[in-house]
Amino acid sequence: MRYEAPSSVEDAVATLAGAPGAHVLAGGTDLLVRLRSEMIEPDLIVDIKRIKGMREIAPEAGGWRIGAAVSGAEIGEHEGLRADWPGVVEAAGLIGSTQVQGRATLAGNLCNASPAADSVPAMVAAGAVARIVGPEGTRDLAVIDVPKGPGKTALARGEFIASILLPAKAPRSGDAYLRFIPRTEMDIAVVGCGVSLSLDEEGRVTAARVALGAVGPKVILVDAAAEAIMGRALDEAALSDLAAACSKAATPIDDKRGTVAFRRHVAGVLARRAAVIAGARAKGEQA
Amino acid sequence: MALDDSKKPRVFKVVGTRPDRPDGIDKVTGRARFGADMVAPGMLTGRILRSPHAHARIKRIDTSKAEALAGVKAVVTRADFGTVPDHVAVIMENCMAGEKALYDGHAIAAVAAISPAVARQALRLIEVDYEVLPHVTDVDEAMKPDAPVLHEGRQEETVPPGMSQNVIARAEFGHGDIEAGLAKADRVLERTYRTAATHQGYIEPHACLATMGADGQGDLWVCTQGHYMVRNTCAAILGLEQGQLRVTASEIGGGFGGKTTVFLEPVALMLARKSGRPVKMVMSRSEVLRATGPTASTSIDVKIGMTKEGRITAGFAELRYQGGAWPGSPVNMGAMSGFAPYDLENVKTVGWDVVTNRPKAAAYRAPGAPMAAFAIESAIDELARGFGLDPLAVRLMNAADKGTKSSYGPTYPAIGLKATLEAAKAHPHWTAPLGKHQGRGVACGFWFNFGGDTCVSLNITPDGTVTVSEGNPDIGGSRASMTMMAAEELGIPYDQVRTVIADTGSLGQNEVTHGSRVTFAVGLATIEAARSAKREMCRRAAKIWGIDEEAVDWEDGAARPAGPNAGKFPPMTIKEIAAVASKTGGPIAGHHEVTAQGAGVSFATHMADVEVDPETGATKILRYTVFQDAGKAVHPSYVEGQFQGGAAQGIGWALNEEYIYGEDGILQNAGFLDYRIPVASDLPMIDTVILEIPNPGHPYGVRGVGETSIVPPLAAVANAVSAAAGVRMVQLPMSPPRVLAAIQAGG
Repeated sequence: MRYEAPSSVEDAVATLAGAPGAHVLAGGTDLLVRLRSEMIEPDLIVDIKRIKGMREIAPEAGGWRIGAAVSGAEIGEHEGLRADWPGVVEAAGLIGSTQVQGRATLAGNLCNASPAADSVPAMVAAGAVARIVGPEGTRDLAVIDVPKGPGKTALARGEFIASILLPAKAPRSGDAYLRFIPRTEMDIAVVGCGVSLSLDEEGRVTAARVALGAVGPKVILVDAAAEAIMGRALDEAALSDLAAACSKAATPIDDKRGTVAFRRHVAGVLARRAAVIAGARAKGEQA
Repeated sequence: MALDDSKKPRVFKVVGTRPDRPDGIDKVTGRARFGADMVAPGMLTGRILRSPHAHARIKRIDTSKAEALAGVKAVVTRADFGTVPDHVAVIMENCMAGEKALYDGHAIAAVAAISPAVARQALRLIEVDYEVLPHVTDVDEAMKPDAPVLHEGRQEETVPPGMSQNVIARAEFGHGDIEAGLAKADRVLERTYRTAATHQGYIEPHACLATMGADGQGDLWVCTQGHYMVRNTCAAILGLEQGQLRVTASEIGGGFGGKTTVFLEPVALMLARKSGRPVKMVMSRSEVLRATGPTASTSIDVKIGMTKEGRITAGFAELRYQGGAWPGSPVNMGAMSGFAPYDLENVKTVGWDVVTNRPKAAAYRAPGAPMAAFAIESAIDELARGFGLDPLAVRLMNAADKGTKSSYGPTYPAIGLKATLEAAKAHPHWTAPLGKHQGRGVACGFWFNFGGDTCVSLNITPDGTVTVSEGNPDIGGSRASMTMMAAEELGIPYDQVRTVIADTGSLGQNEVTHGSRVTFAVGLATIEAARSAKREMCRRAAKIWGIDEEAVDWEDGAARPAGPNAGKFPPMTIKEIAAVASKTGGPIAGHHEVTAQGAGVSFATHMADVEVDPETGATKILRYTVFQDAGKAVHPSYVEGQFQGGAAQGIGWALNEEYIYGEDGILQNAGFLDYRIPVASDLPMIDTVILEIPNPGHPYGVRGVGETSIVPPLAAVANAVSAAAGVRMVQLPMSPPRVLAAIQAGG
């Protein structure tokens, strides 16, 4: 097995182009586990951590560009991200243990393409965009369009994600992410829900994005849930409609982690709870 | 000399203190050597090919392609072992399948190769022709007359005719007249309870390093709870004399009963014999979960009668335990222990031992008892609450005490159950306020405890320091406890004694580290070995002083002239006696060999507070307190650790742990992600209260404490969850989907 650590995107792209079976290494929290458990035996591993910008969080167009190798711990300590996208920060912080947080990345969580990935519904609710580099050049793709199904992404051979852009936060906006796990940590979402919303001065919802994880083969952006609360204050009736829309939109399976009925129900519960937190944040309250 | 300490109450100097554990530095610095840490020159990697089917006839195994692969040094199948003695036949079958694969993960063949990559490739080259057979993994399904049958002809005569061949044995315990007792009750509660199979969840996977010389002498380094058992079992399987196989126990990263048998060891020795090279084998986590001992899953009917004052008039339970693919589920211990905390006129339990297509159950901390306690303690709780009675008061009213004829036969000597219940009642936890969606549960538990074959050798070095050699792997701080008991008895400081775990060539037979026996039995032998060394040192001093050895006392680490000679000579310390040992008769040692009796039963009462989220069914443990009788706590920190560890494992069993099989009979959750043991953040600090009702069978009053602590928590948590959720939970685990469904059905 060969290990390369190129210092530029161009070198990385060229190295990957020459080795069809190569794996990209950023945090390695998925890759190393697969290697150690003998699920994969790659000929080449390309470490992208030494490429300039990969470990940076930079302001861009009022939002934030997060390099592909920025760790969960670094995200969690970034004042600007915490102020603008606390839901995404919290979602990223839920991945793995304290030790894993020193390595795990948003881009890796996205490319792993697990339906249960914690950061993905939060990024989708936030309207995040992935910047993809590859042999055909650079392209931007909405995070919602990156996963295609369990373990499958829209990335072509030789492509990798170089960064993720969280857009500028609109006024009176807030986001939140909640997941349900049977334990308190070191677990995988049975249901995840990211909510991002904006309010007018009377507290009525002017914009909303609601995304569900772990209740379908990939993250689900629930338009009906957003519509259910548009123009309304986040009162009991609106929240119930939101919850019902999410329960309805969920397409879960029965498996070892939960039943269909449980996941549908909890999708609604989490959406309601996340919307309350996001709404409070939009009003500038501590939540 | 006067060593009789029964005349005055003993004042301990070392026992009861909390010194640092002697293996602590090694373990926190990584210097400790566990099963996988040993290497040998020319060592090969051994790997096992496992059945992908729950039940299949093995029609043919072709290993020729694997054998031909460069780097492969040996391939082993069941045929290589030939006929083995009857007493190890089932163990052999579990280590390597013969005619049939009996569960997902059952070992089929093994290879030894020059690298893990070659070994992996060799496994892929082994061709196995399976005839897939119908399978059954559920205990109640396996008992049905038309269930797929695992074994013909293993059913015992205790089973009535007409039942499935999967029902291996029936056993019955108790006394009195159940129907007459039930007739006196104001209410008779009948319920069926179910528990899932759980794994011991030790963090260290099974690992060993085997060598077998051309001279027929073997050495084995292994992570185990009992290297003497490993020696005897492997010697029988491989046709060796026990003295020709030396087994050394590594440090051990948890066992909880699961390392009281062999899995890899005979295979590693056979690979070593065939290849002529040392062979190391290390299981993956998935192999540990698929192919090593979980405990039984169970289905239990309970029928209890109670008066409106809370007196139990009769208790009956029928227990069905599946113990995997061979006979030997721990159902009898469940049937014997479930009602053991209570003084009952009429009590009866019936146990059914059932086989299914699952890995062979291994011992798990108080084997069989937690499930029975879950069922019976849940029923008692429901009756007590139904009458509006205090569940602790009901238990106190019915509690067994000295002189009670137990549900399993013997009459109790002094026991500590009432002391634990009274301590629970007096504890601030019992009266602390509860909030919305919160509930409190209590439950009692019992475990027999055990003694068994034990050898200890205690040597006085020339400089007067002391080494203790014992034959039981230190799984719960026992080196510290032995060191403390030796220091106590010799009257010297803790740091003057070092305890080592000797290999099988150094001591006589030692029973496995199980049955909460080590602090009791090895402690007893250590004390006796120290007494024997003291006698010898008194003799040496007497010789030097020219007085009768009966006129010498041992006190505070020194021989002192006593009686008419008192004060005639200055005391001789252990160091002074040791320094001149060569001139007074040679090196000084004490030793003791015993089949220890009188282990002394141990009781506990647990109290749990939980909060249940009514919208998700999620349970949070808010507060937890363990009250248990330790007899005498040698090292209280380790006693507390045992209390807490049992509670933690029981909480996991109650809430989330379970073996999940698919329709195909394949284990769905062979990893620590989906086999959910509690993580640190799932648990509050578990409070402990140590009661000390001395065990008359031990010189210092010690009782085993390791197992009782896992008996009450399943029921304590279930009683708390039922109170918080407002609906009685009768099936474990109480996972969020199950609790939510119960709340929705109940509301």
